[in-house]
Amino acid sequence: MIYAILRRFGQMLFVMFGISVIVFLIFFATPGADPAARIAGRNATAEVLEAVRHNFGFDRPLYVQYVKMMEKIFVTGDLTSFVNRGWKVVPAVMDSIPVTLSLVFGAAILWVVVSIIIGIVAAATRDSWLDKLLMALGLLGISMPVYWLGEVMNLITQSRYHDSWAFSWVPPLGYKNFSDDPKGWFLTLVIPWITLAILYIGIYGRVLRAAIIESLQEDFIRTARAKGLSETRILLRHALRTSLIAFVTLFGLDFGALVGGSALLTEVVFGLHGIGKLTYDALQNLDLPMIMATVMYASVFVVIANAVVDFVYILLDPRLRTS
Amino acid sequence: MSNQAVAMPRKTRGPWAVAFAKLARDRAAMASLAVFLLIVLACLSAPLYAKWAGVDPFASTLDAVIQIDGADVPVMEQSTEGLGLGYTPLGPTWRLGNYFLGADSQGRDVMARMLYGGLSSLLISGAATIFTLIIGTAAGLIAGYFGGITDTVLSRLLDVLWAFPIYLLAISLSIVTIAQGIRIGPIDIESGSLWLPVIIIGIVYVPYVARPIRGQVLSLRHSEFVLAAINLGVPGWRILWRDILPNITTTLIVFVPLMMALNMLTESALSFLSIGVQPPAASWGTIIQDGQALLYTRPLVALVPGLAIAVSVMALNVFGDGLRDALDPRSKVRLGRD
Amino acid sequence: MILSVRDLKVSFRTNDGLVRAIDGVSFDLEESEILGVVGESGSGKTVSLLAVMGLITDPNASIEGSIRYKGRELVGLPARELRRLRGNEIAMIFQDPMTALTPVYTIGWQIAEQIRAHQNISKAKAMVRVEELLAEVNFPNPHEAMSRYPHQLSGGMRQRAVIAMALSCNPALLVADEPTTALDVTVQAGILDLVRKLRATHKSAVVFITHDMGVVSELADRVMVMYAGRVVERGSRMELFSDPRHPYTRALLGSIPPLTGEKPRRLPAIPGSPPSLLRLPQGCAFGPRCPVHYEPCVTDRPELGIGTHAAACFRVAQA
Repeated sequence: MIYAILRRFGQMLFVMFGISVIVFLIFFATPGADPAARIAGRNATAEVLEAVRHNFGFDRPLYVQYVKMMEKIFVTGDLTSFVNRGWKVVPAVMDSIPVTLSLVFGAAILWVVVSIIIGIVAAATRDSWLDKLLMALGLLGISMPVYWLGEVMNLITQSRYHDSWAFSWVPPLGYKNFSDDPKGWFLTLVIPWITLAILYIGIYGRVLRAAIIESLQEDFIRTARAKGLSETRILLRHALRTSLIAFVTLFGLDFGALVGGSALLTEVVFGLHGIGKLTYDALQNLDLPMIMATVMYASVFVVIANAVVDFVYILLDPRLRTS
Repeated sequence: MSNQAVAMPRKTRGPWAVAFAKLARDRAAMASLAVFLLIVLACLSAPLYAKWAGVDPFASTLDAVIQIDGADVPVMEQSTEGLGLGYTPLGPTWRLGNYFLGADSQGRDVMARMLYGGLSSLLISGAATIFTLIIGTAAGLIAGYFGGITDTVLSRLLDVLWAFPIYLLAISLSIVTIAQGIRIGPIDIESGSLWLPVIIIGIVYVPYVARPIRGQVLSLRHSEFVLAAINLGVPGWRILWRDILPNITTTLIVFVPLMMALNMLTESALSFLSIGVQPPAASWGTIIQDGQALLYTRPLVALVPGLAIAVSVMALNVFGDGLRDALDPRSKVRLGRD
Repeated sequence: MILSVRDLKVSFRTNDGLVRAIDGVSFDLEESEILGVVGESGSGKTVSLLAVMGLITDPNASIEGSIRYKGRELVGLPARELRRLRGNEIAMIFQDPMTALTPVYTIGWQIAEQIRAHQNISKAKAMVRVEELLAEVNFPNPHEAMSRYPHQLSGGMRQRAVIAMALSCNPALLVADEPTTALDVTVQAGILDLVRKLRATHKSAVVFITHDMGVVSELADRVMVMYAGRVVERGSRMELFSDPRHPYTRALLGSIPPLTGEKPRRLPAIPGSPPSLLRLPQGCAFGPRCPVHYEPCVTDRPELGIGTHAAACFRVAQA
């Protein structure tokens, strides 16, 4: 048991190490991408470039640069921005975490609840017009670019129909702290939550429907019918329960990726200054320390989410417990 | 029925014929294919359309004046409110060839840009799909067939790529290469080239293809016919080519429309973030980006390309579903995440 | 009379046309009687009993005829009424114990679920009953077994758990669909003993579906042989084994290795394979494989005669 946990922990560290190396190499060792040139500006002379190189330590061996950067992110926490000198990177990341967490948590609750309902209803009425309608809507949700959907939402709620009774409650874009203004926090996030959730409702509703229908073909469902259980109970306690395993795997991975910055497009469209927006701004300025910090943060979340998925897996499927 | 027909052995149809007959019966899939081909045709006609309409969709034409019902209408209208500094582009005229969807903030014909933009979107997502399938299949074949240390290294690398949020990886690669392009040995891709997004999108989805292919190859590797071939001394590359590759063809075909749908969404997102297709070239994503500033005054500029993306991606997904059901019903390939 | 089936017909609409899986099956079952139903796979033995259980959920299926349980007509009974009988008065044991139990719940939970679906008792009382049942089906450590998951038990133990579940509400009728096929021979004997013992203690009537004549000869009071969706011979065990009349029955008996005497080098196999239900011959369905067929078999279909021992064969009528 302890061996298994250690092994899992080792894997987590390996994946995080791998991600950090890849990101580091992408930004510091891609041929043609000279970070010093970016910092020094377009028309910098060779002397200025050399000075920048020395100043920022780009003239040292790559592994030294890598180790220094990791030390500053995880040990001393005093990494500063290349662009706004003196701006501490780690606190900036910490400040934007609540925004992203608020966005992703709310959307996740929404998409889990709605997609479970859709999956069950579609599986229970399979091949009916209702099933076909729900699946077509789900597919539409998957097919729309999320940032475009966000703009459509803004067009409707901020402009065209803002003055109608339906959307007059929608506050201007931006984020409000939960501790300062809980009502404002909720209201500003409603539309972003819906926007972000629609894509995942589509995916999860379809995945769950397929998994339930697959379960319904199993022999144990016939046993459950022979026991004289009601169709509802068979569907919920037997078919749904065994289908949740696929659902949970997907959820862990998506949740981790979103908290780690994949909600970027939604954050950009709705002006929410979360991790994604921070990463995006840093990428625009090629602010390497900030990029490293946000990506490392992202990988921590992805890796934790993976580990949690494994754990929940074991809770859901007793077959995995004995080994 | 004549006696001769009875005496003839029943004509057995091959698995491909059976699959395509099944696909042809799937009305949703066929309709989607038709819609998608229509979109492709329309986009291919982009140069013809621009020539016919007499517009240059890549040059800024702020002072252009067009004729509508004999009256002269400027493409950009100066704002009369406030300080009178802003311009509002022409709205949709609903006349084909004459600013059908109106103008964008540089006075360019949005309809012509839509067709050109669609062409880049389709080319990029199609080329990236081919790139991903080739690299992913190669990686999956090598890892699954040769096993051992090769497999361990490749699989761990794929794991790390897999754990990476796709968009972050794609954005990182785009940002780094956008200014100077890629220059590695003989490969020399200039910045602003359409090949940049092709390669970037192609790389980030490699694990999507490589992991399932590796799994399939691994089980084929231990199947009796492959073991027999190995014992007979058939060289490895020959077994891969003759025995294993044909057995994963259906999986690869099923991947094509689904990957292409994913790639289209990814390309448009990168272009929307202005790190994909570079101006003056257009893609549906860049047009949405252009339209963002006009969202509240001329919403069609942003709405139409988004709709085009949604329709194309949906058509690809429905067709991909049908293709999977016909070719490989037990396949686990599902609609992509992200 | 527990069960009386008259002229049961089950057909499925398929892409290639209507398939009649069951074509006019009739049989009766007395209290605490064991009826063996024998036939190759595809002969319709399972489908006919699934029809009795009301477990044919395929929307393309249609069921005609009459199924009377204790005088009550089951064909056309509302689903809710049928559910009240199922698992309570009529229970079923399935072929493969490996897949018959839901993998994510304990054995105890699954048996208690059935009890509580039909009886208004507390969870704790249901659990006490579960323990008794597991002891009754010879679990060495019933209390511990209750908290086991299906994958933690061997095939034989799982089948015992399934039997305990089937017996949990004291059913008057137990349908066992090849319950020993997926098990080792040594385990098989134990399960057969159990079925025999339970018939004595619970007074349940049992319909035992199998393709194994050996099992029938050990267990059944009466036997019904099915071929291509019809009954080709029925009779008491004695009648059938000492005086098999239908050529198909004789062929089936020929494929049991003799217990005494010299072992034949190869068991005689029945030549050919069962006909496709889509393309049944006009006359006797067994005709093309029959060693003694003659002209009438090609054009006319022999009917099963009346009487306790009867066979659907022109040769028998002739004799």
